[in-house]
Amino acid sequence: MDSMQLVTPEIGLMFWTVVIFVLLLVILKKFAWKPILKSVDDRNSSITEALSAAEKAKAEMEHLSANNEKILQDARLERDSIIKEARAIKENTISEAKNKASSEAEKIILSAKAQINNEKMKAMTELKNEIADISIQMAEKIIKSELKDVKSQKKLIEETLKNQMN
Amino acid sequence: MSSFSLKNFFTFLALFLASLIQASASQTSQESLDKTTYNPVPAIMHHISDSHEWHFWGEGEGSATIHLPVILWSKDGLIGPFFSSKFHHNNDDHLVVKIGAHNLVKVHGKIYKLNDGQQHATFDSEHHLLNATLPIDFSITKNVASMFLALFFLLLFFGISGYKAKRNKVAPSGLLSFLEPLVLFVRDDIVKPNIGKNYQKYLPYLLTLFFFILMNNLVGLLPGSANVTGNIAITLVLSSITLLVTNISGNKSYWGHIFNPPGVPLALMPIMIPIEIIGIFTKPFALMIRLFANISAGHIIILSLISLIFMAQSGLGDIAAWSLSPIAVIFVLFMDLIEVLVAFLQAYIFTLLTSLFIGLATVDHH
Repeated sequence: MDSMQLVTPEIGLMFWTVVIFVLLLVILKKFAWKPILKSVDDRNSSITEALSAAEKAKAEMEHLSANNEKILQDARLERDSIIKEARAIKENTISEAKNKASSEAEKIILSAKAQINNEKMKAMTELKNEIADISIQMAEKIIKSELKDVKSQKKLIEETLKNQMN
Repeated sequence: MSSFSLKNFFTFLALFLASLIQASASQTSQESLDKTTYNPVPAIMHHISDSHEWHFWGEGEGSATIHLPVILWSKDGLIGPFFSSKFHHNNDDHLVVKIGAHNLVKVHGKIYKLNDGQQHATFDSEHHLLNATLPIDFSITKNVASMFLALFFLLLFFGISGYKAKRNKVAPSGLLSFLEPLVLFVRDDIVKPNIGKNYQKYLPYLLTLFFFILMNNLVGLLPGSANVTGNIAITLVLSSITLLVTNISGNKSYWGHIFNPPGVPLALMPIMIPIEIIGIFTKPFALMIRLFANISAGHIIILSLISLIFMAQSGLGDIAAWSLSPIAVIFVLFMDLIEVLVAFLQAYIFTLLTSLFIGLATVDHH
C-alpha cells in the first residue's frame, strides 16, 4: 500500500503546485526575467555601439592623419614654391642691380670720358692758343729775323697764303 | 589516474553495499520472524512521502515538529482549516477528531471522514476502513510548505536581482552576477538552440520551470526537508504543463506528422497514427517519471545509508553500529554532493527536453 501511495498523485498537492508555479511564473516574469534579460540585452547593444563608435573614431583618426599629411604636403610644396620665387626675385634683383650698376658705371665712365674730352679740348684749345701765341711770338721773332730781306718776305707771304688757301 | 581511482572507489562501494545487502538479507531470512531487527522501509517511506506535519526530530509530543494547516474538501463542503496537531502525532487509527459536524480519522497518513452518524472507525480484517470516505486533501502539507519556502527563496533572490538589473546599467554585481550567468545559460544554451527564432515567447515559462525545479531540488537536500520534486503529483503537474504548452503551440506540420505521417504506406496508418498519438503522452510521461525517480532514488539512497547504522545496531550490536557510522557518514556526504549535481542536472534535463518538445512542435518545414 505504501509503495502505491508513492506513485499516486494527490489532487490537493497538484492544485497547490499549479498555484505556486503560476504565481512564480507571473511574478518572476514581471520582476525578474524582463529586467534581467533587458539589462543583458541593453549591455550587449551598448557594448556593440561602443565598439562601432571606437571603430568610427579610428577611421576618423586615420582620415584626419591622411588630411594632415596632405596639408603638410601642400605646405611643403608652397614652401618650395615660395623659396623658388624668392630665389628668382633675388636673382632678378641682383641682376637688375648689376645691370643698373654697370649702366651707371658706363654712364659715369661716359660722362667722365666726356668731361675728359672736354678738358682735353679745353686744354688743347688753351694749348693751341698758347701755341698760337708762342707761334706768333716766334713768328714775330722769325719774321723779324727772316724779313730782313725782301725775298724771304715774299716767300713767306706766298707760303702763308698757300696754307690759308688750304 | 583520478578516473581510475574513482572507478576503484565505485567498485568498492558497489561490493560493500552488495555484501551488506546480502548479509542483511540472509539475516532477515534466518530471523524473518525476529521483530528486533530494524526494518528501514517504513522510516524511508515516511521520509519520502508527504505528511500533514513537518517533523524534524524526536518522537511523540516532545518532538520538534511544525504543525501545518489541514484543509479538506468533501461533498458537504470545506472542512477546516485546522492544525494537524489535533491528531497529536497519533498513529492510533481509532482517534476521532471532531471538526464542526465532521468526524475525522487518520489512517496511514490520510485523513478520512467518517460517514454521517458514525462515531468510531471500524476496520475489516485487512485493516481497511469500512465506514468512511476520503475527502480531497487541500492541506498545506509538508511538500506544499516546502514549495512555498522555495517560492519565497526564488522571489527573494530574483526580486533582488531584477531590482538590481533595473537600476544598474553597468556590469552586474553581487547576487545578480551569480544568477545572471544561470539565466543566460538557460536562454542561450537550452532554450535558444532548441526552439529557434520564436524562443522569446516561451522563455519566461522555461526560466521559471528551470529555477522552480532547481530550487525545489536544492531545498529538498536540506536536512529535515521534504521530497518535493520526488513527489509524483508535482512532477505530474510540471509534465502536464509541458504537454499543454507543446500541443497548444504545435503547428500544422506537427499535427501533420501525427495524423498523416509522411512516407508511411497507407496500410500502416492504422498502426502509426495510434503510436503517434500515444507518443504525445509518452514524452511528458517520461519527464514525470525521470524527475520523480531521480530525486526519490537520491533520497532513498541517502536514507538507506543512514539506516545501515540502525540495522547494524539492531542486528550486530552497538560496537558494529559505531564502527559503521563513519563509513556511512562519508557515503552520505558523497551522495549528498552527487545529489547537488543531480539537482542541477535534473532541472537542466527537464528544461532541455521541454524546450526540445516545443521546438519540435513549432519547427518550420519548408
